[in-house]
Amino acid sequence: MNWEAVIGVEIHVRLKTQHKLFCGNRVVFGGEPNAHVCSVCMGLPGALPVLNPEAVELALRTALALECTVHLESVWARKTYFYPDLPKGYQITQFEQPLATEGKIDFSGSEGDAFVCIRRVHMEEDAGKLLHDKVPGATAIDLNRAGTALVEIVTEPDFRTPGDVRSFLGELKRTLEYVGASDCNMEQGGLRVDANVSVRKTGSSGLGNKTEIKNVNSFSGVERALSLEIARQISTVEAGNVVRQQTLLWDDHRAELREMRSKEESHDYRYFPEPDLPPLRISQEQVTVVLNSLPELPRDRRCRFEEVYKLTEYDAEVLTQSAATADYFEEVVGIVIDPKVAAKWVTGPLQALMNQLGEDAQTVPVRPEKMAALIGLVETGAVSESAAKSVLVILAEEDGSPSDIIEARGLLQERDVHRISTWVGEVLATHSEEVDRYRAGESKILGYLVGRVMHSSGGAADPRIVRKLLIERLKN
Amino acid sequence: MSLQDAVSSGSSGEGNLSESACRSLGQIREIEGGPEGLNAFLALAEPEDLEQCAEGPLTGVLVAVKDNICTVGLPTTCGSLILKGYQSPYEATAVRKLRDAGALIVGKTNLDEFGMGSSTENSAFGPTLNPVDRGLVPGGSSGGSAAAVAADYVRVALGSDTGGSVRQPAAFCGVVGIKLTYGRISRYGLVAFASSLDQIGTIGATVIEASLLLEVVSGYDARDATSVEKPVPRYRDAAVQGIEGMVVGIPSEYFPEQLDPTVRRLLDEACERLVAAGAEVRPVSLPHTEFAIPCYYVLATAEASSNLARYDGVRFGVRLPAEEVGRMYELTRGNFGAEVKRRIMLGTYVLSSGYYDAYYGTAQRTRASIAHDFEAVFQEVDVLFTPTSPTPAFPLGERVFDPVAMYLSDVFTVTANLAGIPGISVPIGTVDELPLGGQLLGPWWGESKLIAAAGAIEASYEDNT
Repeated sequence: MNWEAVIGVEIHVRLKTQHKLFCGNRVVFGGEPNAHVCSVCMGLPGALPVLNPEAVELALRTALALECTVHLESVWARKTYFYPDLPKGYQITQFEQPLATEGKIDFSGSEGDAFVCIRRVHMEEDAGKLLHDKVPGATAIDLNRAGTALVEIVTEPDFRTPGDVRSFLGELKRTLEYVGASDCNMEQGGLRVDANVSVRKTGSSGLGNKTEIKNVNSFSGVERALSLEIARQISTVEAGNVVRQQTLLWDDHRAELREMRSKEESHDYRYFPEPDLPPLRISQEQVTVVLNSLPELPRDRRCRFEEVYKLTEYDAEVLTQSAATADYFEEVVGIVIDPKVAAKWVTGPLQALMNQLGEDAQTVPVRPEKMAALIGLVETGAVSESAAKSVLVILAEEDGSPSDIIEARGLLQERDVHRISTWVGEVLATHSEEVDRYRAGESKILGYLVGRVMHSSGGAADPRIVRKLLIERLKN
Repeated sequence: MSLQDAVSSGSSGEGNLSESACRSLGQIREIEGGPEGLNAFLALAEPEDLEQCAEGPLTGVLVAVKDNICTVGLPTTCGSLILKGYQSPYEATAVRKLRDAGALIVGKTNLDEFGMGSSTENSAFGPTLNPVDRGLVPGGSSGGSAAAVAADYVRVALGSDTGGSVRQPAAFCGVVGIKLTYGRISRYGLVAFASSLDQIGTIGATVIEASLLLEVVSGYDARDATSVEKPVPRYRDAAVQGIEGMVVGIPSEYFPEQLDPTVRRLLDEACERLVAAGAEVRPVSLPHTEFAIPCYYVLATAEASSNLARYDGVRFGVRLPAEEVGRMYELTRGNFGAEVKRRIMLGTYVLSSGYYDAYYGTAQRTRASIAHDFEAVFQEVDVLFTPTSPTPAFPLGERVFDPVAMYLSDVFTVTANLAGIPGISVPIGTVDELPLGGQLLGPWWGESKLIAAAGAIEASYEDNT
């Protein structure tokens, strides 16, 4: 019997606002616990929420990047439950009338181009955090996160494989980063995923009982958790049993799912319209302005890179991982040269430098003009590729143009045929055995001889000239 | 010089009071601490708190503040054990405006716990007695504020009105109580009972004094998303502008058969006084009135159940510790009084899944119909005149075990909160020596006419009693 999975996901994404959703506190991570709280986000008696317009703008960017229909009037609602990290005893969210509905996002699925429909996008506030290891014998609470702005994105149950879910999440993350809505920082809980999954006979249109997987905080975790759960559900139904509707928590360390206690999930949230806030009203003009301000989305950019710059799919994908890297690349290409060469430098040495420095393409100290100048020097042969890599590292630390640094450090490549001929002659004279082997047909030995000449030149000789001269001389 | 003299004298109409005609803090302390005490205050200021004040229209004026409005320096308990000793780290916008205008906050007044009640008997710290007759309730929930004004401790006080909690105690104590249009006064710092109904209101010895206080505390506040940006009229001028040509509607639904004949006679007499002052009186109908009480108790309890969820012992207030967090909630929230628990239970029920539409949904639609009734009637008339409450003050203890009878004392006042319109209770004589209040209701933002009508009624009694 063949089985297929039916999967839908809900993603909570923290919006990149300076301040919390309903009060003036700054959004700060890693700060002293409870240093960024006030009467509003602590839920003190008499305090009232006031909407931060910056969050609305970023939520709109999210909704429009996902091609949603934006509702010009949406309604805040209270979701009531008791938990010590929830200061007011209710969360302000949107329920019956969300900000946006009916969107879609394209991604590269396991069987080629795919898309998933977005059911809804709504805004809500985050809760605080329980700290179980700060105070011995007690649980402490940090409310710095309480009241920060989130969007919840809910997909239709359009996925059939865990791999597609993972691929979609990557595309979603890139998209939200591109439009400036979120950093999607998963270590800080800036992007959290819940998934609903059921299985059915392949080709059937009915739906089996679903389970909900919560608490997954990495894309690989989502994929693994779903694969495990699908396998479990299939073996359950194949054994003639029924899948029980339940909520499962993913334990990343043990790579296993455990059932949530029924007490934890038997919530009646008692949603009702939030009386402290008027409905959220957005003008058509605001929607138009935001729509026009959206940048090219990552998938479109990737396709353009492949078409216009004739890059490989891999290079295009790597270069468009972040808008900053893609911008950097296009700036380099704008100044010089062969896009493929530029791609090689940006994805290779520059990426290595960024990793080493912990910078991104926006902050890395070697700006595109210098990168382009350096690549130009390699292309004209003024500097060797290996020397250029060292120059790149120096450029990150020192001021000055690439050519200044090359000159000051004596890294200029030796291209004088007469001088190189001298080194070649010396090497041939002292390596008669290797010369004989080459002439006997062992052509691989050439590389060794090039190496010897480079050594004699102290690394300065242009290896292309060395090679050319060696071949000429060995022919005779 | 009295506050009234201050507001009515001088070309600017703005008095600068260094001395108030009302009692001093020391006298209040002495009376309240002795056998004549009313238990009107849950906290009184220290003498040194009253040494300095700002320059403004209320310089040196003592103001009492209901204890569900946050103050710095004095605790804010809401009459509840769960907030016993709670010190707010910030001050309500209305209180800050009072201080900026020069007022001195003399103390925090007693109330039904979290504003839930109509007699002040639901205070965890004991009932307040009615200064007119110590065997009677002062009304509620702003009973402490009304009693403080009626006992002449202060000329003016702040209360809050969710279903009549300023107007009904004002009526029971023989003073003036005003609730403005929803959104006129910031709710920032007013501890929420039912957010879509709550408004801070004023209680005063006279219409003009209550109006001056309103002028000071009204206005848009960026900290309250439901407050409205509209210029605040000079209410104190409205109080003396007269009502020549004003059309006053008498809604038949507010004068039921069962109304006590003496009460009815006083109301009729007040109507005659309105006519004598130049108004035209006309019968009108508000057909959805009979649904107001059930509608109110569904919506108010629903919002209350959510608003009171924050009293969990985690961040502030009283905590009763336990090994397990759920148990801590149970023990801590056991500090709520019986009426608060009753309303949380009711509100939780009406919002629960499967019942939401039948209760909350129906109540929301009913609320819209009630508002529509008013909208239609205010096309025809300028203001409405009704009783404030069906009876004068009732004896302490009489309705404690009969919540429905207690709820019905709000039958004429809850409609204004449901519709969001302004309302005033003004004294219209006595029944067996007990004060009776007449209520004036006006259209949204039509407060000046309302205050003018109240001023006219008040003046008619001054002229010939």
